[in-house]
Amino acid sequence: MNIGTRTVDTVTILDISGKITIGESSVELRNKIRDLVKSGQKNILLNMGDVSYMDSSGIGELVSAYTNVTNSGGKLKLLHLTKKLHELLAITKLLTVFESYENEQQALQSFRK
Amino acid sequence: MSLRANVVEVSVESSLDYVELIQTLSDNITRMMGFDADTSHWIGMSIRESVVNAIYHGNKSDKSKRVGIKFEIYQDRLVVNVDDEGEGFDPGSIPDPLAGENLMKPSGRGIFFMKSFMDQVEFLPRPAGGTRLRMTKRMHSILEGEKK
Repeated sequence: MNIGTRTVDTVTILDISGKITIGESSVELRNKIRDLVKSGQKNILLNMGDVSYMDSSGIGELVSAYTNVTNSGGKLKLLHLTKKLHELLAITKLLTVFESYENEQQALQSFRK
Repeated sequence: MSLRANVVEVSVESSLDYVELIQTLSDNITRMMGFDADTSHWIGMSIRESVVNAIYHGNKSDKSKRVGIKFEIYQDRLVVNVDDEGEGFDPGSIPDPLAGENLMKPSGRGIFFMKSFMDQVEFLPRPAGGTRLRMTKRMHSILEGEKK
């Protein structure tokens, strides 16, 4: 898994590619989110468009990331869900928790509200 | 393909290093059987989750204990047995991941995914100790296509 980091306005965008599965990749995402929260980043957008595979541990990391960011007073949102990730979030009822967008500009705009 | 099952069987130590290998094996078998790409993906994920559970929850990551994976390939279905050498398992003890109090828990969705994507999931005690997770996936679309 690779994580690219961009900042637009007040939003940190993480461009994630590859697999988010049990083991190193889950830990890498967890550490990245933890570091952003520690450094005071409040608005985080996870670009999932190039995530090729997720297992239950990957879903668990998304949940942990959401909880971590929300508890620190921030917002974590998702961008470009793949069809399979959308299905996993739907059957686990997590689509009702996560705010997700298909368009980056609209996602960025949502943080300004 | 005859009515008798073709069997592919592997046994690995309790290490995540083998999870990708098992998934690749699953992907190859399901494609060979004629499952569509999406169904192959979900079968592979179910097997992956079951192997990870066998390693962590069954064998407690004890590398001296084995995880056995047996693919039974029938004309109309795939049956997968995943065996651990743990102390047994009560499937009724697993919390519902869709319940409000569990929705935001970081773990506890693996068995839910298996039950969502496979047609049948059974937990069977093994006579020698440990648990056998037995999953079945039928080839609905191919059978329906043959009827037309």
